[in-house]
Amino acid sequence: MPKSKRNPVGRRGFLRGAVAGAAAFAAQAPNATPQQQNANAPARAEATAPAESGVRIVERAGSDFMVDVIQSLGIEYVFAMPGSSFAGLHESILNYAGNKNPEYITCMHEESSVAMANGYAKVEGKPVAIAVHGTVGLQHASMAVYDAFADHSPVYMILGNSQDATKRGGEVIWVHSAQDPAALVRDITKWDDQPVSLPHFAESAVRAYKIKMTPPMGPVAITIDTELQEEQIPIGTNLRIPKLSPSTPPAGDGAAIADAAKMLVAAENPVLLAGRMARTPEGMKNLVELAELLQCAVLDQHRRLNFPSRHPLNQSNRAGQGGKPLMVPVVMAPDLVVGLESNDLYTAIRLVRARNPQLKVISISAGDLFQRSNYQNFQRYTEEDISIAADAEATLPYLIEACKKLITDDRKRTFQARGAKLAEAHNQALEKARLDASYGWDASPISTARLSAELWAQIRTEDWALVTDSSPWIHDWPLQLWDFTKHYQYIGGAGAEGVGYAAPAAVGAAFAHKRHGRLPIAIQPDGDLMCANGVLWTAAHHKIPMLTMMHNNRAYHQEVMGLQGLANRRQRGIDHIEIGTKIYDPYIDYAKLASSMGVRSEGPITDPKDLAGAIRRGIQAVKGGEPYLVDVVTQPR
Amino acid sequence: MKNMILAASIALLLLAKGAHAQQPPGDVAKGKALYMKNGCYECHGTVGQGGTGPRLAPRTASLAYVRKPAGQMPPYTPKVMPDAELLDVQAYLMSIPAPPAVKSLGILNQ
Repeated sequence: MPKSKRNPVGRRGFLRGAVAGAAAFAAQAPNATPQQQNANAPARAEATAPAESGVRIVERAGSDFMVDVIQSLGIEYVFAMPGSSFAGLHESILNYAGNKNPEYITCMHEESSVAMANGYAKVEGKPVAIAVHGTVGLQHASMAVYDAFADHSPVYMILGNSQDATKRGGEVIWVHSAQDPAALVRDITKWDDQPVSLPHFAESAVRAYKIKMTPPMGPVAITIDTELQEEQIPIGTNLRIPKLSPSTPPAGDGAAIADAAKMLVAAENPVLLAGRMARTPEGMKNLVELAELLQCAVLDQHRRLNFPSRHPLNQSNRAGQGGKPLMVPVVMAPDLVVGLESNDLYTAIRLVRARNPQLKVISISAGDLFQRSNYQNFQRYTEEDISIAADAEATLPYLIEACKKLITDDRKRTFQARGAKLAEAHNQALEKARLDASYGWDASPISTARLSAELWAQIRTEDWALVTDSSPWIHDWPLQLWDFTKHYQYIGGAGAEGVGYAAPAAVGAAFAHKRHGRLPIAIQPDGDLMCANGVLWTAAHHKIPMLTMMHNNRAYHQEVMGLQGLANRRQRGIDHIEIGTKIYDPYIDYAKLASSMGVRSEGPITDPKDLAGAIRRGIQAVKGGEPYLVDVVTQPR
Repeated sequence: MKNMILAASIALLLLAKGAHAQQPPGDVAKGKALYMKNGCYECHGTVGQGGTGPRLAPRTASLAYVRKPAGQMPPYTPKVMPDAELLDVQAYLMSIPAPPAVKSLGILNQ
């Protein structure tokens, strides 16, 4: 571990007093912020005069102050693949901060850095920073940025860039530089800036943090100039870190909430449809309270874990599996649907609205407060009766109170009867899921239902978390069969459905679980792993415990089916559709791939009877603090 | 005449409820090979257990549906898959035994 040089004494005089602002604010502010929670909040980097000799010595670099700012925000890690455009910051992290708060986590692709940060943030509720090298690194990162943007995930990017054309040291630095680097991701970030001074950096860095953490959350980018990082802090610079003033999440308008409560209490068959509603465990708790108060149905679209999977009012298993978004089934015959940060409300209610044109619809979504126009992640326009542009989690407590005031004893009796029917339907759906899972039980390749059931049998008594998406690649089996009760046990999938998200996001999520001593489980699609399998090395190098079970169907299966459909409709047969869609000749040996990067592994497993032993060995390794991979050859879905 | 025989065979198939209630005409081994070759398993699983598409075994879908499916399933016209081949596939699906009872699978009841 490099020794910290955070408080060395310079050879020349000091400019003191320029760094006291943040410390003073931190001591006085009434509400806890990351800056205040961090005892080292004040800027320590001081401006000193340069050395007198002809040798260029930098005693206090601009990037030291940047580290002070990052540290003041409570950012504990920087995920990055190294690059010269942020080498100054890199060196300051290692030698000025002593590689602690923030600690540098080595990634092998910028797309992995961002997806890892996304997974981490969704588990831990707080961000890490990502450092990205110039034009080329950001181009690598961009798909994962889009995933985070569409997923309302607070990703904090620091982009290295050489702004001064006369200081660029050669051809490579020229092609790695841009006039406006963040332009590449401006359509898919909430905010960005390219500060021209250290005070400017401090203000923009704090502002960026505030913006990204305000619902709807999303990625932000701060471009840092190489000169600003690497050069001496100019004498006389007023280095002050502004106080972070977190915004409270926007709650709904009181009158609109009262109207919504009236409709909810009066409805005969309301359905609560939750997408990215539960940002925190509190959101999940509040949704349970509202549902139990009304004894009404909840459908979890599983962009986060919004509702316990085996709660009797959870009707998600009735909605069928294998597609996104989860649609309100016609058989539920709702007269009111309340979308709570529902990601595609139009499609979710399409069938029930066609059946019942009188269907009432309420939406509570912070998504209405911020949208870009180019990328189409906002989905189709939905006609609603009440549209509340607010954060659903922050609004739920007010909605609960408004409903309580309206519920009469008569309604309570009606609600109880409704709840009993829903509980029965929930149990029937669970039994049906178990029956469905029994088909193909002994099949080889191994059914995804069997894989999920074998896992559940061994993790259910542990403090576990699923760190990959459950659906539709594995037919949503974990969400159908497992008992999810805690918010951190499921974080949804890629916001923009980009392939290459699952593996790095799983490693990032597992990294967040590490400090809590949890057992992270990944059911890892094969094609996705091959986009960025360097994360296996990151997991081994940083000793990130997680059990990865390969869903190795040896194909880009979504595309197999799409191509097959086209070929059949053209009556040309499907003899050639494996070209470009199947991963064969040779098959990839994922166990060898993992072990080559330092991850213990076994497989390929083709007989379902071998699963239990492999899972047992994997859990044992993970409990010992290691990542472990089991290659399982699986059915297509 | 050939079509009438085929129709009669399919009618018998549709009456069949269980795996072995009525083994239809058609070659099981050939049917299995065709089921894999024609990509039926991609959506329905190698033993018809279901996946993106619904479960097919141990029961059978109607020939008419395969020719003119609804939803996401692509059509299998006679040019792509002749009637005789479909009968073989149906024979394969009908040959697949029923799964073990859920109650007998301890880990599925947790």
